[in-house]
Amino acid sequence: MNSGIPIQYFLILATIMFFAGVYGFLTRRNLITILMSVELILNSVNINFLAFNRYLYPHKLEGMFFSLFIIAVAASEAAVAIAIIINIYRRFTTINVEDVNELKF
Amino acid sequence: MASIMFILFSAMIIVFSILTVTSRKILRAAVYLLFVLVSTSGLYFMLNYQFLAAVQLTLYAGGIVVLIIFSILLTSHISQKFESSGWKKNIFSAIAAMTGAILSIITILDYTFSATTEAAKEVNMRLIGKSLLSVDYDGYVLPFEVISVLLLAAMVAAIVVAKKGAPKTIGLPKLNQE
Amino acid sequence: MINFSYTIWIPLLPFLMFLLLGLAGHKLKPKLSGLFGTGGLGIITVLSYITAFKYFFTSEKVDGAYQKITALNFTWLQFTDKLHIDLGVLLDPISVMMLVVISTVSFMVHIYSLGYMKDEKGFERFFAFLSLFSFSMLGLVLATNIFQMYIFWELVGVSSFILIGFYYQKPSAVRASKKAFIVTRFADLGFLIGILILSFNTKTFDFITLTNPTGSAITQGGGIAFLGLSVMTWSMIFVFMGGVGKSAMFPFHIWLPDAMEGPTPVSALIHAATMVVAGVYLVARMFPIYALSAPVALKVVAYVGAFSSLFAAVIACTQTDIKRVLAYSTMSQIGYMMLALGVAGYGGHEGLGYMASMFHLFTHAMFKALLFLGAGAIIHAVHSNYMTEMGGLRKYLPVTHITFLIACLTIAGIPPLSGFFSKDEILAAAFHSNKILFAVEYAVAGLTAFYMFRLYFSIFWGKETQYHHTPHEAPATMTVPLIILAIGCIITGFIPFNKLVTSDGKILESEIEMMIAIPSVLIGLLGIGIAYIMYKKESAIPEKLAVTFKYSYKWVYNKFYIDELYLFVTKKIIFRFISEPVAWFDRHVVDATMNAIANVTQNVSFRIRGFQSGQLQKYAFIFITGAIMLAILFIYLWK
Repeated sequence: MNSGIPIQYFLILATIMFFAGVYGFLTRRNLITILMSVELILNSVNINFLAFNRYLYPHKLEGMFFSLFIIAVAASEAAVAIAIIINIYRRFTTINVEDVNELKF
Repeated sequence: MASIMFILFSAMIIVFSILTVTSRKILRAAVYLLFVLVSTSGLYFMLNYQFLAAVQLTLYAGGIVVLIIFSILLTSHISQKFESSGWKKNIFSAIAAMTGAILSIITILDYTFSATTEAAKEVNMRLIGKSLLSVDYDGYVLPFEVISVLLLAAMVAAIVVAKKGAPKTIGLPKLNQE
Repeated sequence: MINFSYTIWIPLLPFLMFLLLGLAGHKLKPKLSGLFGTGGLGIITVLSYITAFKYFFTSEKVDGAYQKITALNFTWLQFTDKLHIDLGVLLDPISVMMLVVISTVSFMVHIYSLGYMKDEKGFERFFAFLSLFSFSMLGLVLATNIFQMYIFWELVGVSSFILIGFYYQKPSAVRASKKAFIVTRFADLGFLIGILILSFNTKTFDFITLTNPTGSAITQGGGIAFLGLSVMTWSMIFVFMGGVGKSAMFPFHIWLPDAMEGPTPVSALIHAATMVVAGVYLVARMFPIYALSAPVALKVVAYVGAFSSLFAAVIACTQTDIKRVLAYSTMSQIGYMMLALGVAGYGGHEGLGYMASMFHLFTHAMFKALLFLGAGAIIHAVHSNYMTEMGGLRKYLPVTHITFLIACLTIAGIPPLSGFFSKDEILAAAFHSNKILFAVEYAVAGLTAFYMFRLYFSIFWGKETQYHHTPHEAPATMTVPLIILAIGCIITGFIPFNKLVTSDGKILESEIEMMIAIPSVLIGLLGIGIAYIMYKKESAIPEKLAVTFKYSYKWVYNKFYIDELYLFVTKKIIFRFISEPVAWFDRHVVDATMNAIANVTQNVSFRIRGFQSGQLQKYAFIFITGAIMLAILFIYLWK
């Protein structure tokens, strides 16, 4: 089903979302907001996959399944990341990324 | 109709994405993220991927965002405002992001996409379920299994990492207490 | 052919003892480790006596000559087919004789040390090193080839170094050990050069091949090389240089008096009886080459020996530290042996000097060990090294007194003690060869008697000295070796050396020549008499003499300023003009280069350290910028 909207629009939208995520990743100091930026980036990728699938290869389902798996990976990543963040908070009593700059411990 | 919906969703996505990464209040940022995710699922509906849209709503909006909000509540005060990071950092990051975005958009606009002429496949639950568990061509049982193992591992890891630490954590250097 | 392969255990057993005591000694009780070391040496002594008996009385003779027997030999380092270094056991008259000497004296010293070193810190360490020394010395005399000898030669040097510096907390002992090591090391450099020239010329290290009088090594002299002397002569002079260093001959004698800083048993064993005669042994071992192929080198040996013996005897007359007197006496007596070798020839009646030298080596080991051990007992009782602080000790130390007197009489050459016989042979050999050398030795015989009895009278007679606490006789572990060695001094003179140890292994007909024996005894008695007058009772004569010959006395007392001369040469000339520029170069060029490299590395890493900040977002920023740059590069610029 093509709704008459060109594929480029979806891609541009995804690009803006992606770079908004990149900007957040680069500027936010709180680890949780960084995690949110990462979720934004993953979502923009999902949009790309689905747009390509729908517009260019409608007879296949690769894009859709990849999105599905990416959502699953994002869910696990969020779970582990939040566990790590909580652990860091417990140890350093901060989740400011600039203060957590020691690779050991 | 479709273009109106698209404009609405894309406007929401763009505005709330930017708000998510610029908001000074963390809980608001989380809520903006929720809006972005919901709008994205709307886009999926538009693209006729109903199943994925449902997954997006339940998993992202229902699962991850709630998780994030919980962790925010655990680690920060709700009303806590971020001190703005250095303007230098913001400017440079913005320049980098803008450059990347413009570069990508130019590339996208330059490229001519060519679609196949084959007939589209109807995406229904039956097909998705069969494909996920099929070992044939077009079957996804291997990634499916891999993902399930990954989910299990992530679950175990999350428990192990977040579990109350052993006593050895006591006495480690505390950095920049604020 | 008798099987001598068990002789391998003679050097090996002390080595095992060394390992045992060195590795596990601190776990054993000190007394037990001492007994272990002594027991090991006891076994060695028995084995040596059995070997000597079997060798001299049951082994076959060819043409009436003792054969050189290679009891054991195996290749240790094989470089090429021809160039290989062996280790083994060589038995011939002199090595068997040395076995007896070393094991006897070493055994006595071990027993003596049980008493002398009692309650010392590092008791088991002392015994471990004594065992190491015994091992090295036995390995040295049993060497089948000159390279093995060189290896053990260095090992004895090391053990001597360790034992002189046994009291390593005493700066003077540390200095003395360093001095001994460096001086002998320097001399050993000559030895090594000699070995290399010799073996390059003869293509062999093996003693039997080298010293075969009809072999190629001796018959082909190697031609004229330098300053009109043959290659063989030069190599033998260099080899003799090693012997000069180890035997403390002039001009490498300076380490021996200082070596007396070591414990007295060590002085008795190493610096009187065994190690210092290694130089004599070396010359004796190479004697056929010296005698037949390098007579000029042999002359050098004779003159160095004669000069050293006179030189040392003169110094010994003025010293007051009893161990130093004995050290100079040792040097003088070794000079005798060197001289005797130097005037000898190969085979027949010419070989009298060789036999005399070995005979004197044997008797000297006995009486000099006895003198040192006696001196040790005296020091033990009085806690002083200076004879000016002693006097009238005969009442307190009866056993030491008698044995010391016997030793003094022996060294003075009074019949029928052993020293008389051996000294007489040496004088006879010198008389038949070179009248000047004979005159020198004759004078030295008188001097020897004089300074020994000067020592004797001032210790045991002389003025009555008040001691802080009454001196008492040493324990039995110390007096028994003294008595045994005193008996040795009396009887060893009657060993028929002319039948046993000769240059060519055949029996040498010799008898005591009254023309020489009577004057030599007379001059000995003269020396004793002068000492009696001067030192028996407190008298002003020595003082007067010292004042009369003020300058020469001072000169002699300071050992002719040889040490100062060496110090001048090393410190003022070598250190200043060679070592300091080298050190400067090392510090400012070699080290500076290294430091510059290190500094540059350090500075660069300090500068670029900021990149590795641990700031996640900085990394991400750089990554993304890089990715964008690459995209621009590939999409737009790389068309």
